[in-house]
Amino acid sequence: MAPRVLDGVRTVLAPLARAATTPLLPADYLDLLAPLHPGAHRARVVGVRRETDSAVTVALRPAGRWPGHRAGQHVRVGVEVDGVRCWRSYSLTGPAGLDGTLTITVTGVDDGRVSRHIVERLRVGTVVGLEGPDGDFTLPDPAPAKVLFVTAGSGLTPVMGILRTQLSELPDVVLVHSARTGREVLFADELRAWHAAGRLRLVERHTATSGRLSAADLVELVPDLADRPTWACGPNGLIDTVADLLDQQGRLDQLHTERFRPVLAPVGRGGQVTFGRSGPVVEADGATSLLEAGEASGVLLTSGCRMGICHRCVVPLTEGTVRDLRDGALTSVEQGDPVAVQTCINAAAGPCRVEA
Amino acid sequence: MTALQHKRTSPIAHLTPADIEQLGKELDALREEILADRGQRDADYIRRVIKVQRGLELGSRAVLLASIFPPAWLLGTLGLSISKILENMEIGHNVLHGQWDWMRDPAIHSTTWEWDNVTPAEAWKHSHNELHHTYTNVIGRDNDLGYAIMRVDEDQEWTPLFLGQPLWNFVNMLIFEYGIAAYDLDLGAYVTKQRTDTDRLKAGAKAVWRKARKQILRDYIVHPLVSGPSALPTLAANVVANVARNVWTHSVIMCGHFPRGVETFTKETLDGETRAEWYLRQMLGSANISGSRLMHIMTGNLSYQIEHHLFPDLPSNRYQEVAPRVQQLFERYGLTYVSGPLPKQVASAWWKIIRLSLPNDFQPGVRRQKASGVTESAAPSGRNPVAV
Ligand code: FES
Repeated sequence: MAPRVLDGVRTVLAPLARAATTPLLPADYLDLLAPLHPGAHRARVVGVRRETDSAVTVALRPAGRWPGHRAGQHVRVGVEVDGVRCWRSYSLTGPAGLDGTLTITVTGVDDGRVSRHIVERLRVGTVVGLEGPDGDFTLPDPAPAKVLFVTAGSGLTPVMGILRTQLSELPDVVLVHSARTGREVLFADELRAWHAAGRLRLVERHTATSGRLSAADLVELVPDLADRPTWACGPNGLIDTVADLLDQQGRLDQLHTERFRPVLAPVGRGGQVTFGRSGPVVEADGATSLLEAGEASGVLLTSGCRMGICHRCVVPLTEGTVRDLRDGALTSVEQGDPVAVQTCINAAAGPCRVEA
Repeated sequence: MTALQHKRTSPIAHLTPADIEQLGKELDALREEILADRGQRDADYIRRVIKVQRGLELGSRAVLLASIFPPAWLLGTLGLSISKILENMEIGHNVLHGQWDWMRDPAIHSTTWEWDNVTPAEAWKHSHNELHHTYTNVIGRDNDLGYAIMRVDEDQEWTPLFLGQPLWNFVNMLIFEYGIAAYDLDLGAYVTKQRTDTDRLKAGAKAVWRKARKQILRDYIVHPLVSGPSALPTLAANVVANVARNVWTHSVIMCGHFPRGVETFTKETLDGETRAEWYLRQMLGSANISGSRLMHIMTGNLSYQIEHHLFPDLPSNRYQEVAPRVQQLFERYGLTYVSGPLPKQVASAWWKIIRLSLPNDFQPGVRRQKASGVTESAAPSGRNPVAV
């Protein structure tokens, strides 16, 4: 009875609220009074803990009820850097806490405006965007008896999520982790303690002294490699090494990978522009606007002033980099964080894709 | 360049094409300087304005629930009027210009924004951002010159219809949001049969109706009904707030291009116009309003009309900051920076509308001109260093 009454109230109230707040939505006002209302894709930063000199673990409390995630999955986190909303994906480094708190661990990289902002400036109490979870860098159910994880740098984070959640179900784990130095190993105390207690075998590779991990190294370090389904996460070089090795062994089907940095498109003058998911691919030089390049090959693009003042020509840039023809400013997108750009005053700066 | 052939000297006769290109470069540099500095401070500004506006709106609507008591009515109506003005001017107009697109916040973005106005954002972006800002003050191309129902320049041809223009302007002022909707539809051109693509008109009218219906429902039905015993006073409050917003926005917008000292241009100006020449046209074709900080915010910083027309997609809070430097450029290049307090500019615009309701023969100090002296032939050669 009670739920039905509630439903009835809702079917009357919701349209009424919408009619009363048009052209905005009731949520727009709710956001004002309670930015962390249950329907908001947001979270509050409830803790920032330093892991290494360049990495922090951020504890997030989601606004609504957390739907749950599988170990190894990532979330999209939206932070504001100098007024610009930027979204990045970060692996969850553990199960949700009792109060629904999630943790991510972020390493500041030199050219990463967003990661550096998080490491250097993010404060407890900040409200950030939160979407997800996503990803299939997860263990199957039931988990295999023997597992190998190969990671480097912050590629350790999804694996840490898996270990903290599922280590007790995993009888035989080998983790080969590369970091520049011993000081830079993330979660070092926890991992070394597990190793000491015989719960996993940890192989640390300090690349500053021993060089990058090669296929031969891996074969030597893990003699029963062939028996171990493998999960690898790290820079592209590492993943390629592991993939080539398993390919030679005819075991590519036993490799699961996650690249923690997307393959970055090169920045140049001009480049291949792809319009839409399946639209034409156009070779455009550095002086031709995306608008002209598209129109020349018959793409229907909206435009207005064609001189950068009216914003009628704005479309999402989903891949690559473009250069503003007026001042040379570059706009790059990271995977999953499209940026709306004006096609009339931007030219390709390397291969790129716009949604037309 | 200018269409005011009855003026003895062109306001730019002293500038060589090289001067103009140099001026353009200086303005480009100014723009880049602000872009480089744009950041958190600006983002915080617009968020704060939005917060204040929505808070004010919620609060005023709440007070109006008790509007059967006159003090509550007065307070609520005042608050609602201010909130509607802020929403249209400092927020809506500027967001729709893409001034805040760089924040990449989908909630404050020109492609997703819809405003508290009967004309849909899409239609406005076309007629305002695209046509008016590109063809500013070009007679025959910029419909903002008199909104196609009035004569605001000597070089617009006089017809007896214009005798009534002080009245049209007054009525348009009261119902301005509907005037804008009609203007965005280019209704006048259909009435006079200059345009015949009626499919566009039908589609546009449908979109306006869809939008207007919701606006009317909200202001004149939902909120009054929710107010119960205060229904009628609440209805009245909404009417007053909408009219107040109409009068205010109409007055501010009139000050942008109609006051004395603002130049108009012939269609030939557009032929091969460079970016620098476009800048120059914006400088000569716009007028500012001087006043307090509050006044500037209430006008959506359209009081910095000149700066806004030079840099239509820079964040509005920056216009005030660049104004002194823009003014210096005017001085250095020997141009007139038209500016004045609101009452003076409004009066000046109204006077023009009243004056030009009569044919040129009745204008004091204006050379006699045949009624057929249409603008195409208005720019005599040799006086036109820009549009060669
Ligand atoms: S077409 Fe006007 S900004 Fe691009």
